Amino acid sequence: MTQTAYPTRADLEDFLYDEARMLDEGRFQEWLDLFTPDAIYWMPLEWGQTDPDLVTSLLHEDMFMLRLRVERLTGARTFSQKPKSRSHHVLQRPFVDEMDHAGGRFVTVTPMHYVETRLDEQFLLAVTATHTLVLQEGALRIARKRVDIVNCDAAFGNIQLLP
Amino acid sequence: MTSLASPARHDARDAPARREAISALVRPGEVHRDVYVSPEVFALEMKHLFANTWVYVGHDSQCPRPGDYITTTIGTQPVIMVRHSDGAIHVLYNRCPHKGTKIAIDAAGNTGKFFRCPYHAWSFRTDGCLLAIPLKKGYEGSGLEESAAGKGMTPVGAVEVHRGFVFARLAPEGMGFAEFFGESLSSLDNMVDRSPEGRLEVAGPPLRYMHRCNWKMLVENQTDTCHPMVAHESSAGTAVRIWEQMEKPEGMERPMAMEVIAPFTSPYEFYEKMGIRLWPNGHGHTGVHHSIHSDYSAIPGYFDQMVAAHGEDRARAILGESRHNTVYFPNTMIKGPIQTLRLFKPIAADRTLVESWIFRLVGAPDKLLQRTAMYNRLINAPTSMVGHDDLEMYERAQEGLMSDGNEWVNVQRLYSPGEPEEVTAPEVENGTTERQMRNQFAAWKKFMLMSM
Repeated sequence: MTQTAYPTRADLEDFLYDEARMLDEGRFQEWLDLFTPDAIYWMPLEWGQTDPDLVTSLLHEDMFMLRLRVERLTGARTFSQKPKSRSHHVLQRPFVDEMDHAGGRFVTVTPMHYVETRLDEQFLLAVTATHTLVLQEGALRIARKRVDIVNCDAAFGNIQLLP
Repeated sequence: MTSLASPARHDARDAPARREAISALVRPGEVHRDVYVSPEVFALEMKHLFANTWVYVGHDSQCPRPGDYITTTIGTQPVIMVRHSDGAIHVLYNRCPHKGTKIAIDAAGNTGKFFRCPYHAWSFRTDGCLLAIPLKKGYEGSGLEESAAGKGMTPVGAVEVHRGFVFARLAPEGMGFAEFFGESLSSLDNMVDRSPEGRLEVAGPPLRYMHRCNWKMLVENQTDTCHPMVAHESSAGTAVRIWEQMEKPEGMERPMAMEVIAPFTSPYEFYEKMGIRLWPNGHGHTGVHHSIHSDYSAIPGYFDQMVAAHGEDRARAILGESRHNTVYFPNTMIKGPIQTLRLFKPIAADRTLVESWIFRLVGAPDKLLQRTAMYNRLINAPTSMVGHDDLEMYERAQEGLMSDGNEWVNVQRLYSPGEPEEVTAPEVENGTTERQMRNQFAAWKKFMLMSM
């Protein structure tokens, strides 16, 4: 029996759980480092949306925009974050849809409950996160993250942090 | 406000007192907080203001074929906009005349040749006329023809389609479409003229963003040019700083997102000089001379298409307009240069649903729609860094207005005593004036009192 190649299923799971923990603990700079330089974070507006360019999305952000988002959270005049929001992820065990060691590409699908709170308000989103992970210098990185909200077409108030 | 009688009652004796109470809410340079916080004033707005004005319903590209319909609201009234078999657009109250059941509840669909109520199978032509009732003999001699139910689904008072944009007035009698909008339609026309084929199409679903504040706060914010550099410093200001600090290859173009977001942090002087144009009946727009949309990069091929369609002079004139926000009183805003329409749907005194729609310029390069879709998500989404700070301000205001320390909201910037209350002809003023807000309140009073 040959030695199991990196990553194993458990490695993928650990990566995803660590990512969620970083978000919930507000370790946003560390979280940004999980992405490849050309990564995209996409949150569609339409159920089953296939076109991120010519149809409105909730989010479709590259690393410049994600960095802006993270830096804004800590700004002195970020009024909607005074006081700050907090988030809480509950992850289901991820499905591993692609496990391509030769190509260095791994796709996971993770149903989760995402809770965000600020002041006396709290809301719950049921979402499915699809991660396309790649190996860069031997480490797992997020090349693409797609977050589908089960009620993506509902009217929301502010969603300020990230599922 | 104790002097306002319940709008549910129709006691003629109360009318003069009610008129007086509504009039007293708007003073030169200030308005009483009840226009934002009172459920009673809100109910009167729905009954009078949203009945007497022409309100945006939808776009005809949402109903291209006979039987196509959308459901929406005018004020708080549920309506259906439908394409009839003869091609005409009808707007009907979304209620079965029998028991009140909503005839359609999905956002959009095709009903074929007729609507059929899912409760007792009464059916109606797509112009609202009663078509059939099962076991109709049960109504023989009952006088059904004379009753309200016998007349089918009730149409709204009047409908007008202007270059694809469908507006309706709930009241059967009132000011005509042309008089209500006047020259303000030039903004809508400019948005449509930007298509080489002179046609727009709705592109995808709208963003739906719930605001726990009064609908008028959103409308006023559309021409509030003294807030972007303050409220949006955290997003636009940070974007500019990151871009400046970033290591980037020589000559690298500014990304599209930077083009969209950076102008929000422009200084006061920029906004003062952009100018505000006012029209009668509460309409107006910012960005007379320039705007945050002025410096977008040219999209390859587009200008040539426009020249081919319109000739060079006309093409330059159309694209030379960079009107920022055009407010169509009472509750619509459009951005011509990026083909966006925002609808501020009142739900309660302290609750507003904001829908942000985008349009494809038929015949133009996709890149334009791509920029528009990007603008929409960066600025108008519930996940928008810009929207977050706006909503924070509105919600703080909605709560702050409950304070009894001061019952008045100030709209006095660049007001001079003796200013006529109503705008009777187009005017252009300094871009930071609050005259457009005063214009809206003068129209508010006029259309509130019109049927009171």
